[in-house]
Amino acid sequence: MEGPRFKPGERVRVRAEDRPGHIRTPFYVRGKTGWIERVYGDFLNPESLAYGKDGLPEKTLYLVGFDQKEVWGQYLAGSQDKLFVDIYDHWLEPA
Amino acid sequence: MSMDRSDVHHAADTGEDHPHPKHELGYYAKRIYAIRDLLIEKGVITQDDIQRQIDYQEARSPANGAQLVARAWADPAFKKRLIDDPKATCAEMGIDATSINEFVVLENTERVRHLVVCTLCSCYPRPILGRPPDWYKSLNYRSRAVNDPRGVMREFGQELPDEVEIRVHDSTADMRYLVLPLRPRGTEGMSEAELAKLVTRDSMIGVVDPLAPQ
Repeated sequence: MEGPRFKPGERVRVRAEDRPGHIRTPFYVRGKTGWIERVYGDFLNPESLAYGKDGLPEKTLYLVGFDQKEVWGQYLAGSQDKLFVDIYDHWLEPA
Repeated sequence: MSMDRSDVHHAADTGEDHPHPKHELGYYAKRIYAIRDLLIEKGVITQDDIQRQIDYQEARSPANGAQLVARAWADPAFKKRLIDDPKATCAEMGIDATSINEFVVLENTERVRHLVVCTLCSCYPRPILGRPPDWYKSLNYRSRAVNDPRGVMREFGQELPDEVEIRVHDSTADMRYLVLPLRPRGTEGMSEAELAKLVTRDSMIGVVDPLAPQ
Protein backbone atom coordinates (compact mmCIF):
# COMPACT_ATOMS: atom_id res chain seq x y z
CA MET A 1 0.00 0.00 0.00
CA GLU A 2 1.32 3.42 -0.95
CA GLY A 3 1.63 5.98 1.82
CA PRO A 4 0.23 9.50 1.55
CA ARG A 5 1.94 11.69 -1.07
CA PHE A 6 2.44 14.60 1.34
CA LYS A 7 3.38 14.79 4.99
CA PRO A 8 2.52 17.38 7.65
CA GLY A 9 4.37 20.66 7.19
CA GLU A 10 4.92 20.27 3.44
CA ARG A 11 3.94 23.24 1.28
CA VAL A 12 1.23 22.52 -1.27
CA ARG A 13 -0.64 24.43 -3.93
CA VAL A 14 -4.28 23.77 -4.75
CA ARG A 15 -4.78 23.04 -8.45
CA ALA A 16 -6.27 26.04 -10.25
CA GLU A 17 -8.46 23.77 -12.30
CA ASP A 18 -12.08 24.34 -13.21
CA ARG A 19 -14.33 21.56 -14.39
CA PRO A 20 -17.91 20.50 -13.81
CA GLY A 21 -18.90 17.80 -11.32
CA HIS A 22 -19.33 17.23 -7.59
CA ILE A 23 -16.10 19.01 -6.69
CA ARG A 24 -15.42 19.47 -2.97
CA THR A 25 -12.53 21.90 -3.42
CA PRO A 26 -13.87 25.43 -2.90
CA PHE A 27 -13.11 27.97 -5.64
CA TYR A 28 -11.56 30.50 -3.30
CA VAL A 29 -8.55 28.28 -2.48
CA ARG A 30 -7.82 27.12 -6.03
CA GLY A 31 -4.34 28.26 -7.02
CA LYS A 32 -3.54 29.20 -3.40
CA THR A 33 -0.53 27.92 -1.47
CA GLY A 34 -0.71 26.47 2.02
CA TRP A 35 0.67 23.60 4.08
CA ILE A 36 -0.37 20.10 5.09
CA GLU A 37 -1.69 20.38 8.63
CA ARG A 38 -2.91 16.79 9.03
CA VAL A 39 -3.26 13.64 6.96
CA TYR A 40 -6.79 12.33 7.50
CA GLY A 41 -6.41 9.07 5.61
CA ASP A 42 -8.01 7.54 2.54
CA PHE A 43 -11.65 8.10 1.62
CA LEU A 44 -13.97 7.18 -1.22
CA ASN A 45 -13.83 9.84 -3.92
CA PRO A 46 -16.97 12.03 -3.70
CA GLU A 47 -16.52 13.11 -7.33
CA SER A 48 -17.35 9.52 -8.30
CA LEU A 49 -19.75 8.64 -5.43
CA ALA A 50 -22.04 11.55 -6.31
CA TYR A 51 -22.77 9.93 -9.67
CA GLY A 52 -23.65 6.51 -8.28
CA LYS A 53 -20.20 5.05 -8.94
CA ASP A 54 -18.05 3.16 -6.44
CA GLY A 55 -15.79 6.03 -5.35
CA LEU A 56 -12.68 3.97 -6.08
CA PRO A 57 -9.76 4.38 -6.03
CA GLU A 58 -9.84 6.02 -2.62
CA LYS A 59 -8.22 9.43 -2.33
CA THR A 60 -6.10 10.66 0.54
CA LEU A 61 -7.80 13.52 2.37
CA TYR A 62 -5.65 16.24 3.92
CA LEU A 63 -6.36 19.12 6.25
CA VAL A 64 -4.66 22.00 4.44
CA GLY A 65 -3.86 25.24 6.27
CA PHE A 66 -3.67 28.68 4.66
CA ASP A 67 -2.77 32.12 5.96
CA GLN A 68 -5.85 34.29 5.55
CA LYS A 69 -3.63 36.96 3.98
CA GLU A 70 -2.47 34.45 1.32
CA VAL A 71 -6.06 33.57 0.46
CA TRP A 72 -7.63 37.02 0.37
CA GLY A 73 -4.76 39.47 -0.04
CA GLN A 74 -6.71 42.11 1.84
CA TYR A 75 -7.04 40.93 5.42
CA LEU A 76 -6.48 42.35 8.88
CA ALA A 77 -2.89 43.65 8.96
CA GLY A 78 -0.49 41.70 11.18
CA SER A 79 -3.10 39.01 11.73
CA GLN A 80 -2.19 35.39 12.41
CA ASP A 81 -5.67 34.22 11.35
CA LYS A 82 -5.79 30.99 9.42
CA LEU A 83 -8.13 29.03 7.24
CA PHE A 84 -8.29 25.23 7.08
CA VAL A 85 -9.90 23.27 4.28
CA ASP A 86 -10.27 19.51 3.74
CA ILE A 87 -8.75 18.75 0.33
CA TYR A 88 -8.34 15.45 -1.54
CA ASP A 89 -4.93 14.45 -2.88
CA HIS A 90 -5.66 14.89 -6.58
CA TRP A 91 -6.38 18.60 -6.04
CA LEU A 92 -2.93 19.25 -4.57
CA GLU A 93 0.51 19.74 -6.09
CA PRO A 94 3.88 20.36 -4.42
CA ALA A 95 4.67 24.06 -3.91
CA MET B 1 -51.74 24.64 -8.93
CA SER B 2 -50.37 28.14 -8.36
CA MET B 3 -52.28 31.38 -8.70
CA ASP B 4 -50.75 34.45 -10.25
CA ARG B 5 -51.05 37.88 -8.66
CA SER B 6 -54.18 38.88 -10.52
CA ASP B 7 -55.98 35.83 -9.15
CA VAL B 8 -54.94 36.75 -5.62
CA HIS B 9 -56.26 40.30 -6.02
CA HIS B 10 -59.41 39.02 -7.61
CA ALA B 11 -60.03 36.57 -4.79
CA ALA B 12 -59.43 39.30 -2.19
CA ASP B 13 -61.69 41.79 -3.99
CA THR B 14 -64.61 39.46 -4.32
CA GLY B 15 -64.20 37.73 -0.96
CA GLU B 16 -64.17 34.35 -2.66
CA ASP B 17 -63.06 31.44 -0.55
CA HIS B 18 -59.83 30.68 -2.39
CA PRO B 19 -57.01 28.85 -0.64
CA HIS B 20 -54.29 31.34 0.29
CA PRO B 21 -51.30 30.90 -2.05
CA LYS B 22 -48.95 30.62 0.96
CA HIS B 23 -50.56 27.29 1.84
CA GLU B 24 -49.84 25.79 -1.55
CA LEU B 25 -46.95 23.36 -1.74
CA GLY B 26 -43.96 24.45 -3.75
CA TYR B 27 -42.61 22.47 -6.66
CA TYR B 28 -39.97 20.57 -4.66
CA ALA B 29 -42.32 19.85 -1.76
CA LYS B 30 -44.87 18.38 -4.16
CA ARG B 31 -42.17 16.34 -5.82
CA ILE B 32 -40.79 14.94 -2.55
CA TYR B 33 -44.29 13.98 -1.32
CA ALA B 34 -44.98 12.27 -4.65
CA ILE B 35 -41.73 10.29 -4.33
CA ARG B 36 -42.57 9.38 -0.73
CA ASP B 37 -46.03 8.13 -1.74
CA LEU B 38 -44.55 6.07 -4.57
CA LEU B 39 -41.92 4.50 -2.30
CA ILE B 40 -44.62 3.50 0.17
CA GLU B 41 -46.97 2.29 -2.57
CA LYS B 42 -44.25 0.12 -4.08
CA GLY B 43 -43.30 -1.28 -0.68
CA VAL B 44 -39.73 0.10 -0.68
CA ILE B 45 -40.30 1.81 2.69
CA THR B 46 -43.19 2.05 5.11
CA GLN B 47 -44.86 4.99 6.83
CA ASP B 48 -43.36 3.63 10.08
CA ASP B 49 -39.83 3.85 8.63
CA ILE B 50 -40.43 7.50 7.82
CA GLN B 51 -41.81 8.28 11.26
CA ARG B 52 -38.86 6.52 12.94
CA GLN B 53 -36.43 8.59 10.87
CA ILE B 54 -38.27 11.82 11.76
CA ASP B 55 -38.15 10.86 15.46
CA TYR B 56 -34.43 10.09 15.14
CA GLN B 57 -33.70 13.45 13.46
CA GLU B 58 -35.71 15.32 16.10
CA ALA B 59 -34.02 13.49 19.00
CA ARG B 60 -30.59 14.78 18.00
CA SER B 61 -29.97 18.18 19.53
CA PRO B 62 -27.26 20.55 20.78
CA ALA B 63 -27.87 19.05 24.23
CA ASN B 64 -25.66 16.16 23.10
CA GLY B 65 -22.80 18.50 22.32
CA ALA B 66 -23.32 20.48 25.54
CA GLN B 67 -23.07 17.27 27.55
CA LEU B 68 -19.74 16.41 25.87
CA VAL B 69 -18.34 19.91 26.39
CA ALA B 70 -19.41 20.13 30.03
CA ARG B 71 -17.80 16.79 30.84
CA ALA B 72 -14.63 17.79 28.97
CA TRP B 73 -14.45 20.95 31.10
CA ALA B 74 -14.96 18.97 34.29
CA ASP B 75 -12.72 15.99 33.52
CA PRO B 76 -9.32 16.47 31.80
CA ALA B 77 -8.94 12.74 31.06
CA PHE B 78 -12.33 12.78 29.32
CA LYS B 79 -11.30 15.87 27.34
CA LYS B 80 -8.17 14.10 26.13
CA ARG B 81 -10.21 11.07 25.04
CA LEU B 82 -12.77 13.32 23.33
CA ILE B 83 -10.03 14.98 21.28
CA ASP B 84 -8.13 11.74 20.56
CA ASP B 85 -11.14 9.60 19.64
CA PRO B 86 -14.37 11.62 19.48
CA LYS B 87 -16.60 8.85 18.14
CA ALA B 88 -15.63 6.30 20.80
CA THR B 89 -16.03 8.97 23.47
CA CYS B 90 -19.54 9.78 22.19
CA ALA B 91 -20.43 6.10 22.46
CA GLU B 92 -19.19 6.14 26.05
CA MET B 93 -21.72 8.95 26.74
CA GLY B 94 -24.53 7.12 24.96
CA ILE B 95 -24.46 9.52 22.00
CA ASP B 96 -24.78 7.77 18.65
CA ALA B 97 -22.24 9.43 16.34
CA THR B 98 -21.83 6.42 14.08
CA SER B 99 -23.39 8.20 11.08
CA ILE B 100 -20.50 10.68 11.06
CA ASN B 101 -17.72 9.51 8.78
CA GLU B 102 -14.95 11.25 10.72
CA PHE B 103 -15.32 13.57 13.66
CA VAL B 104 -12.79 16.17 14.79
CA VAL B 105 -12.92 18.23 17.98
CA LEU B 106 -11.32 21.70 17.83
CA GLU B 107 -10.24 23.00 21.23
CA ASN B 108 -10.47 26.74 21.82
CA THR B 109 -7.91 28.43 24.06
CA GLU B 110 -7.29 31.99 25.31
CA ARG B 111 -5.07 32.50 22.25
CA VAL B 112 -7.02 30.57 19.59
CA ARG B 113 -10.68 30.43 18.56
CA HIS B 114 -12.12 28.09 15.94
CA LEU B 115 -15.07 28.76 13.65
CA VAL B 116 -16.80 26.11 11.54
CA VAL B 117 -18.53 26.65 8.21
CA CYS B 118 -19.36 24.61 5.13
CA THR B 119 -19.01 26.97 2.17
CA LEU B 120 -20.25 24.38 -0.33
CA CYS B 121 -23.47 23.26 1.38
CA SER B 122 -24.41 22.64 5.01
CA CYS B 123 -22.09 19.91 6.37
CA TYR B 124 -22.69 19.89 10.13
CA PRO B 125 -22.12 17.40 13.00
CA ARG B 126 -25.84 16.53 13.19
CA PRO B 127 -25.66 13.66 15.71
CA ILE B 128 -23.99 16.08 18.14
CA LEU B 129 -25.75 19.36 17.32
CA GLY B 130 -29.01 18.36 15.63
CA ARG B 131 -30.12 20.15 12.51
CA PRO B 132 -28.12 23.21 11.47
CA PRO B 133 -29.71 26.63 12.06
CA ASP B 134 -30.95 28.44 8.94
CA TRP B 135 -28.22 31.07 9.19
CA TYR B 136 -25.57 28.34 9.00
CA LYS B 137 -26.93 27.40 5.57
CA SER B 138 -27.31 31.00 4.37
CA LEU B 139 -25.17 32.34 1.54
CA ASN B 140 -24.29 35.29 3.77
CA TYR B 141 -22.72 33.14 6.52
CA ARG B 142 -21.14 30.66 4.12
CA SER B 143 -19.39 33.37 2.14
CA ARG B 144 -18.44 35.71 4.98
CA ALA B 145 -17.32 33.16 7.59
CA VAL B 146 -14.25 32.41 5.50
CA ASN B 147 -13.17 35.92 4.54
CA ASP B 148 -14.48 38.01 7.43
CA PRO B 149 -14.76 35.72 10.47
CA ARG B 150 -14.17 38.62 12.85
CA GLY B 151 -17.02 40.58 11.29
CA VAL B 152 -19.33 37.56 11.57
CA MET B 153 -18.40 37.02 15.22
CA ARG B 154 -19.00 40.71 15.93
CA GLU B 155 -22.54 40.35 14.59
CA PHE B 156 -23.05 37.46 17.01
CA GLY B 157 -21.90 39.79 19.79
CA GLN B 158 -18.29 38.72 20.13
CA GLU B 159 -15.40 41.13 19.65
CA LEU B 160 -11.99 39.44 19.82
CA PRO B 161 -8.67 41.25 20.20
CA ASP B 162 -6.39 41.06 17.12
CA GLU B 163 -3.84 38.94 19.06
CA VAL B 164 -6.34 36.10 19.35
CA GLU B 165 -5.84 33.86 16.34
CA ILE B 166 -8.96 32.81 14.48
CA ARG B 167 -8.91 29.47 12.69
CA VAL B 168 -11.77 28.96 10.28
CA HIS B 169 -12.54 25.38 9.28
CA ASP B 170 -14.35 24.90 5.98
CA SER B 171 -15.81 21.40 6.30
CA THR B 172 -16.31 20.42 2.71
CA ALA B 173 -15.49 16.71 2.76
CA ASP B 174 -15.78 13.70 5.09
CA MET B 175 -14.84 15.42 8.33
CA ARG B 176 -17.32 16.96 10.76
CA TYR B 177 -16.08 19.53 13.25
CA LEU B 178 -17.18 20.39 16.78
CA VAL B 179 -15.71 23.37 18.59
CA LEU B 180 -14.82 22.70 22.22
CA PRO B 181 -15.35 26.19 23.63
CA LEU B 182 -13.24 27.77 26.33
CA ARG B 183 -14.59 27.22 29.84
CA PRO B 184 -15.93 30.54 31.10
CA ARG B 185 -14.27 32.21 34.08
CA GLY B 186 -16.10 32.02 37.39
CA THR B 187 -17.43 28.52 36.81
CA GLU B 188 -15.17 26.74 39.31
CA GLY B 189 -17.12 24.27 41.40
CA MET B 190 -20.13 24.20 39.07
CA SER B 191 -21.65 20.78 38.36
CA GLU B 192 -21.61 19.26 34.89
CA ALA B 193 -25.34 19.88 34.55
CA GLU B 194 -24.87 23.56 35.45
CA LEU B 195 -21.92 23.86 33.06
CA ALA B 196 -23.89 22.28 30.22
CA LYS B 197 -26.46 25.11 30.46
CA LEU B 198 -23.72 27.59 29.48
CA VAL B 199 -22.80 25.65 26.33
CA THR B 200 -24.87 27.11 23.52
CA ARG B 201 -25.21 25.62 20.05
CA ASP B 202 -23.55 28.73 18.59
CA SER B 203 -20.56 28.34 20.91
CA MET B 204 -20.01 24.83 19.48
CA ILE B 205 -20.08 26.21 15.92
CA GLY B 206 -17.61 28.78 17.20
CA VAL B 207 -19.30 32.09 16.37
CA VAL B 208 -19.37 33.06 20.07
CA ASP B 209 -17.94 31.97 23.41
CA PRO B 210 -20.25 30.12 25.82
CA LEU B 211 -22.51 32.03 28.21
CA ALA B 212 -21.02 33.56 31.34
CA PRO B 213 -22.39 32.19 34.64
CA GLN B 214 -25.54 34.05 35.90
